[in-house]
Amino acid sequence: MKVVLQNLTKIFPGRGRGSHETVAVSDLNFEIPDGELIALLGPSGCGKSTTLNLISGLQKPTDGKIFFGDDDVTDLPPENRGVGLVFQNYALYPHLSVMDNIIFPLGNLRGKEKMTKSEMKQKAHEIAKLVQIDELMDRKPGELSGGQQQRVAIARALVKMPRVLLLDEPLSNLDARLRLQTREEIKRIQRETGITTVFVTHDQDEAMSISDRIIVMREGVTQQIGGPQEVYDDPANLFVANFLGTPPINVFSASVRGGRLYIGDNDVLGIKNIPDKEVWAAIRPEGFVLDENGPLECGFGSVEVMGRDISVVSENPNAVKPTVRSIISSENRVDRSQKTVRFSLKPKKVFIFDKNTEERLRFETE
Amino acid sequence: MESKSAKGWLYLLPAILFLGAFLVYPLIDVFVYSFEEGYNSASQTFFGTGLYNYSYILHDPYFLQAVRNTFILVIVTVPLSTLIALGISYGLSSIKALRELYQTVFFLPYVTNTLAVGLVFMILFQKTAYTDGLVNLVLGLFGITPVDFITGPYWAKMFVLCFYTVWVVLPFKILILTSALASVSEDYYNAARIDGTRPFRIFRKITLPMISPMLFYLIITGFIGAFKAYSDVVALFGTNLNAAEMNTIVGYVYDMLYGDSGGYPSYASAAAIVLFAIVLTITCINLLISKKHVYYGR
Amino acid sequence: MNRDIIRSERAAKTKKTVRSTLTYIILTFWVIIVLFPFYWMVLTSVKSYASYNSEHIPKFFTLSPTLENYSSAFTAVPLGRYFINTVIFTVLTTALMLIVTVPAAFAFSRLRFKGRDAVFTLFLSLMMIPYELVVITNYTTITNLDLRNTFTGLILPSVTSVFYIYLLKENFSQIPDELYYAAKVDGTRDLKYLFKVMIPICRPTIITITILKVIECWNSYVWPRLVTDDPNYYLVSNGIQEIRENGFGRENIPAMMAAVVVISAPLIVLFLVFRRKIMEGVARGGTKG
Repeated sequence: MKVVLQNLTKIFPGRGRGSHETVAVSDLNFEIPDGELIALLGPSGCGKSTTLNLISGLQKPTDGKIFFGDDDVTDLPPENRGVGLVFQNYALYPHLSVMDNIIFPLGNLRGKEKMTKSEMKQKAHEIAKLVQIDELMDRKPGELSGGQQQRVAIARALVKMPRVLLLDEPLSNLDARLRLQTREEIKRIQRETGITTVFVTHDQDEAMSISDRIIVMREGVTQQIGGPQEVYDDPANLFVANFLGTPPINVFSASVRGGRLYIGDNDVLGIKNIPDKEVWAAIRPEGFVLDENGPLECGFGSVEVMGRDISVVSENPNAVKPTVRSIISSENRVDRSQKTVRFSLKPKKVFIFDKNTEERLRFETE
Repeated sequence: MESKSAKGWLYLLPAILFLGAFLVYPLIDVFVYSFEEGYNSASQTFFGTGLYNYSYILHDPYFLQAVRNTFILVIVTVPLSTLIALGISYGLSSIKALRELYQTVFFLPYVTNTLAVGLVFMILFQKTAYTDGLVNLVLGLFGITPVDFITGPYWAKMFVLCFYTVWVVLPFKILILTSALASVSEDYYNAARIDGTRPFRIFRKITLPMISPMLFYLIITGFIGAFKAYSDVVALFGTNLNAAEMNTIVGYVYDMLYGDSGGYPSYASAAAIVLFAIVLTITCINLLISKKHVYYGR
Repeated sequence: MNRDIIRSERAAKTKKTVRSTLTYIILTFWVIIVLFPFYWMVLTSVKSYASYNSEHIPKFFTLSPTLENYSSAFTAVPLGRYFINTVIFTVLTTALMLIVTVPAAFAFSRLRFKGRDAVFTLFLSLMMIPYELVVITNYTTITNLDLRNTFTGLILPSVTSVFYIYLLKENFSQIPDELYYAAKVDGTRDLKYLFKVMIPICRPTIITITILKVIECWNSYVWPRLVTDDPNYYLVSNGIQEIRENGFGRENIPAMMAAVVVISAPLIVLFLVFRRKIMEGVARGGTKG
């Protein structure tokens, strides 16, 4: 099922006297192709959860429209939309067994759709097999681990075969090891069912690793929509560049003069088609190459061994943050006694942004 | 180490003294009393031990009357007040505007003096030579002949008593149930809404089980409290409850201890212990039932 | 199909409006039942004796309010005396309760000594003892000590409440141990730590139990009735009962109501001021049982 959001806006009225209204979501436009797994990514308060609630119908938009396929569902209450929602804390009914939790939605069906108890159980078992919890059916949620609870919640959301599956921060309540495992699992389940899925996360790793497409949001406004690699390799603005990638991108205050990019006095890169001006230059950690004759000079800080790679921590007065972090292959030998370290840069890992609008300024290398 | 231990006990000393003198000692003593036949508090003598005191009260028509009244009161008011409280709390939790105001008003009876407000109820329900009283006037609108609820027929008096008891106990129950309802996470309701669950099913399958521990707590304390009814009865019908046929078990205990027919701590003790036994039995039954039906979260 | 959904949507909306209107009607009905006795008592208290008795059908308002009933409430019966007695009783009992409760809660929560946990368990089990069982012996004890019709006799058995000790102990226990060890390292003595750290941190709970105790004292009826038969020592509850049975002549209902208003007013004011604290405290008391 294709999901389309058109000019979607949600404004919360100010509470109490003197408080201002909050624009949680502002003029959102995007289209989720049928069967894709989409991540809504952004820091807390960026409107991603509100967007999810708007899609589910738990909240009504102030303006704009939502379509599932060709159906306008904007004014439909959640129960008529055919969505499955997995809550951040799972919201499993603690007094019901896993089985009863899963068949709970089926008990709401009326009229022609009404099912007998054994049909419900049959259905629940099918779903439970899919999410691999069929051995836990008699337990209570309190007796399950976080990962198992997560699966039960997904099973409950899937049992009615929703048109759209929504997951709110599905991994945030799990420990690091389970997170890796569960995100594979979500991807597998999504693939097998082919249900269009939207999940909300603030963790860029999570978004990058499993989604077909990422929507980066900030303060209610879409920043960029694209495949994981695309938003990483080709960020639309400084915010997106900053938000994605670990270790984070290194941002320098820089300037363009006569077709060259200067960081301080270092002429680091030749660039075309950007007029002379002050800019932000952002360099991915892997964009640095240790080079005795390289153009960028930094004060040497320390070396952190990361196994396959090493991370060179250095300082530069023009960097926004106190340290500049670069990742280089561990085959390089770093002289730890030196005062300074020099790098040359990989042009594809360098992004330039307008100093004021923070929008991307694209350039061509010589 | 020794001095530290001494210090601990020192801090506890006042509490231990008070509790020992006015709670532990009396508890033991009351059992002793109840088996001492013909104990006289003036001369502090008695002439035998045995079950005579129990036998006496169990054959005392006033005691049997008191037991009957108490049981009627319990059976009527506990379920009724719990149901009304549940309804009102549910209503409260579903509204937004004026909620705080309603909550405050509903709680008001909790802080009022039972005796004082009882007097107001008495006036409202009483039929005197001067006036039929407000309640009778209202009932008259529906074509019901005036009844004196305070000194009239038994059922009318019992009605006022039950009504007043419900009025008095509701604030606590509403408060507890409202906070129990508020503690049910919004997520459960949202999850149920997404699945298209109808309100009644949400209430029965989600709300009720989730608040069941509090509900049972209220039922258990409600039983205990109702069995000990006394001051609201006095408030409505005065201190001479035996004459009004409205005595309760606790009233009987106090009457035996003190008052017009008083001076028999042995009988009073026996009656108090019988009451305690009844309450204990009912509480145990309640607990057994609740084990089966109540969901206790972890 | 879409139109059906829209129709059902509209029906659902109507249903919702009906339901919420109904809710308000029911709640308001109960508000009236709760408030009406209060209204009636204030109304009656400002009607003159003559006009009250001439109303065969009671009026819901009065055009000539009078305060004479209030003056007769204080002159014809010793309402002032009852009032002062109750204040004395309430203040002393509550103060003593705090003096007993705070150290005990401190000992249970902070000091480590042999037998502490056993005593605490014993204390907890005392919570289950019904008042009716112990009141009998207390009555004989006070009588034998010749303390009837004294404040001592009134106050002493009313002081302790295991439940308040328990409530405060729970609150004290939530204060992290580190604070205590830090104070110990600085050489702070236990008593100073109690007063400078624990009590300020737990002030809300202490206020709560104080208010609850005040309410309990102000409304107490059974024990005062047992140990006082001299009107000079009556508390308000007994006073009301006395007024009802012997004061004013039985028919002076307006004066009676004036007395009822005077007696009820302090707690209602206290409640309106500390509304949140009181409701929170009672709710917590309820949860912890």
